Amino acid sequence: MKYTEEHEWLRVEDDVVVVGITEHAAEQLGDIVFVELPEVGTEVVKDDDVVVIESVKAASDILAPIDGEIVEVNDMLTDTPSTVNEDAIGKGWMFKIKTDDLSQLDEMMDEAAYKKFIG
Amino acid sequence: MSDLKTTVLNALHRELGAKMVPFAGYDMPVQYPMGVMKEHLHCRAHAGLFDVSHMGQIVITAPGGYAEIAAAMEALVPVDVVGLADGRQRYAMFTNALGGIEDDFMIARRGEEMFVVVNASRKDADIPRMKEAMTGCEVKEITDRALLALQGPDAESVLEALVPGAAAMRFMDIAVLPSEYGDVWLSRSGYTGEDGYEVSVEDGRAEELARALLAHDAVEPIGLGARDSLRLESGLCLYGNDIDAGTTPVEANLGWAIQKVRRSGGSRAGGFPGADVILPQLVSGAERRRVGLSPEGRAPMRQGTPLFADETAETAIGTVTSGAFGPSIEAPMSMGYVSTDLAVPGTTVYGEVRGKRLPAKVVALPFRAANFKR
Repeated sequence: MKYTEEHEWLRVEDDVVVVGITEHAAEQLGDIVFVELPEVGTEVVKDDDVVVIESVKAASDILAPIDGEIVEVNDMLTDTPSTVNEDAIGKGWMFKIKTDDLSQLDEMMDEAAYKKFIG
Repeated sequence: MSDLKTTVLNALHRELGAKMVPFAGYDMPVQYPMGVMKEHLHCRAHAGLFDVSHMGQIVITAPGGYAEIAAAMEALVPVDVVGLADGRQRYAMFTNALGGIEDDFMIARRGEEMFVVVNASRKDADIPRMKEAMTGCEVKEITDRALLALQGPDAESVLEALVPGAAAMRFMDIAVLPSEYGDVWLSRSGYTGEDGYEVSVEDGRAEELARALLAHDAVEPIGLGARDSLRLESGLCLYGNDIDAGTTPVEANLGWAIQKVRRSGGSRAGGFPGADVILPQLVSGAERRRVGLSPEGRAPMRQGTPLFADETAETAIGTVTSGAFGPSIEAPMSMGYVSTDLAVPGTTVYGEVRGKRLPAKVVALPFRAANFKR
């Protein structure tokens, strides 16, 4: 797993990267009540807004961590957004990006570095 | 942080694992480990304990007794104060010369005295206002008592066990009752839409009472986060969001709080600030009105969201003043102001959220019916 400073995790499955938010992020956001996912087929550039999360506290944007094409989204979150709180790194995944260039992940934090990052 | 005030329960909140935030100048719990959503649902299903000690508690006395106090208070509020029966509480609001609301608060008649509870964010304005205007009365802020709220269907049985006599009270009754925790000042009211009580207790006994309440399986501590979603589901205004110095009681749909006797044709009509604005509005309406809004889908429309009559109109017809997700109604909910012609339940308006116009239905408030013991 790789991590971004935006508190996303990335897991590589062949040439597809699964993206979600970290448990730490989910805890900070509080109870999540709404998730707006991108459309499958959308071409995204790193730092594009791709997902909107609304928690009991506020709305937050989730940015595309890499360049690529959205090939799948976790539709379950539309009806049960609380899944992100319950299982942020598992069933609470948000979208999958297909990319030709996995080297985009090279500079990202590993788990130890992320743990240090969130202190 | 250092200039934040604290309530006597501050250490208890921290011990309970609360996340603390600044609110109206106080260091207050926004949520406990249970989290906003579960706290909200727990309060509706069982009972929730809130620390509302930051609110202003005021006792007013006068040589002429309640009659003198009531006459002086009626010069500040559009409410029937004179006719309030002993042992009863009533919702009131201070108005200004333009008809705007300076604060909303509770008044209670306690024999020949009046007990007043005002918003924390407004007490520094409210107390001087009363002191200045209510000449002849003594307006005394109570600074040595905490204020707890115990809300929810189990509040009655839990409190009766600790403060005998609580269960016999009806909605909006007040009483001073002796207990193991000294004399407590009770009112059967609150701001959640649930049955329950507000309990004023001496500072020195407050933590002991709070712990005794929390020892009960039915009672969980509830933070400001769930307090906000509970009051919004119940259609109740938050001063500073939904009502302020620029909104009149009629615009705010609070005309019910202005009794007949203070309206045009009543025996004590007018005589409060802004009566020349408010009284005609009571008869012929205002240009805008506070309504409930049910957004389609799950996305909340939050405070500040501009509202439009359709998907393309350039001029907004209103604004959302409070918006959140309602845990009990399992849907987003907002309150806001729309022009009166659109303030009809069933009308669809559009809120602009992140550049998109999303439909929301105008609905009657509350979103969830109250559960009072009348």
